[in-house]
Amino acid sequence: MREKIRSIIEDNLKIFDSDVEFSDDDHIFRQGFVDSLFAVKLLAFLEQEFDIKIGNEDLNIENFHSVNKIISFVESKK
Amino acid sequence: MKDPTIKCVIWDLDNTIWDGTLLEDSSVSLKPRIVEVLEELDRRGILHSIASRNDHDEAMAKLQELGISDYFLYPEIRWDAKSLSVRRIQEHLNIAYDTLLFIDDQPFERDEVAASHEDVWCLDSRHYLDLPEEPRLKPKYITRDSEMRRRMYQSDIVRRQEEEEFVGPKESFLRKLDMVLEITEAQEEDLVRAEELTFRTNQLNATGRTYTVESLDSMRKDGRHKILVCGLTDKYGSYGKIGLAVLELEKDVWKLNLLLFSCRVMSAGVSSILLSLLRNAARDNGVRLTADFNDTGRNRMMRIAYMVAGFVEKQPQVNGVVLLENDLTDIPPAPDYCKTISKVSWST
Repeated sequence: MREKIRSIIEDNLKIFDSDVEFSDDDHIFRQGFVDSLFAVKLLAFLEQEFDIKIGNEDLNIENFHSVNKIISFVESKK
Repeated sequence: MKDPTIKCVIWDLDNTIWDGTLLEDSSVSLKPRIVEVLEELDRRGILHSIASRNDHDEAMAKLQELGISDYFLYPEIRWDAKSLSVRRIQEHLNIAYDTLLFIDDQPFERDEVAASHEDVWCLDSRHYLDLPEEPRLKPKYITRDSEMRRRMYQSDIVRRQEEEEFVGPKESFLRKLDMVLEITEAQEEDLVRAEELTFRTNQLNATGRTYTVESLDSMRKDGRHKILVCGLTDKYGSYGKIGLAVLELEKDVWKLNLLLFSCRVMSAGVSSILLSLLRNAARDNGVRLTADFNDTGRNRMMRIAYMVAGFVEKQPQVNGVVLLENDLTDIPPAPDYCKTISKVSWST
């Protein structure tokens, strides 16, 4: 799961200074790595890939702002 | 619910735009007065596209020869099922299916499209001369933005082509566009376009509320509201007025009653820029910042835009409306690919 989530983020990075690094705890939105269009893509990806349903009540940036946060969110929904 | 206004007409070619079948007879001639119909709808800001089973190059050459090729955006001329063509046009234009009109002389084609897309209005092409009189093809307002609409989409196409050909991260491409976002308080001349935006925008409208010119005008003057209008330009031209916010000002709290953006600017990050501006202004004025969100079943993008800007649910649903609040921390700096000019005066 970690690999898949990292890879969709990497594929959608807005900036890459050829080798920008982000850790599993980095706040990907605050640091400007990704934008809200990416968030739309990410949610669709999570729902499809891990067969979960993300409701409006889950739409809190706390659930999605880092790789580790996303993983615990997905696990809580399974 | 009232049927929404049509934003794009998708035309068949053989025996619809012209009499005859191009592959059998290359000397086809335009249907009488079809150009007048195309022109009139174009002037109203209604777009045209094509779904035709034909040889692409030959049909395009014929459209050019007939002098009407420029009217059509994202023409789908290929041997696929027309339902697929309609879908591709919908994806390119990013407008809802129930704002599309498909017009074809063949019942089979209309049924095939209707079977896949129940919201698309499918019409027999023999009615083409009646189109200008159809209520769904009469937008409530025709503004400067409507008259420019096709050209704005055409510059979008050039923009996207260059983006696709561009090798490198998205941000470096955006940086090359010389984008300028101007945020102003609505002036009298903006109100018609502002009302039009509230009626036209479905997917990117956070509350689905609509406002008339009169109600916008009275809010503009009552001292308890700010009506903000966003205009965007880049090196390819103007996008026109593409964003609107209705902010209700109370002593300790500001509330966004409406936030909407035109579908054409989704990828430009404009929503984040405007929300950051509002968050900074609220913080500087020592007030809380809240926003209404009303799930209309098709505007989840706006809920996500609020989420990314750090808005969280403050109160559960009341009459379908959720109140969101921003804690005004961690406000990101404006991105360097877009110059932002704010002409809003916050002193109250």
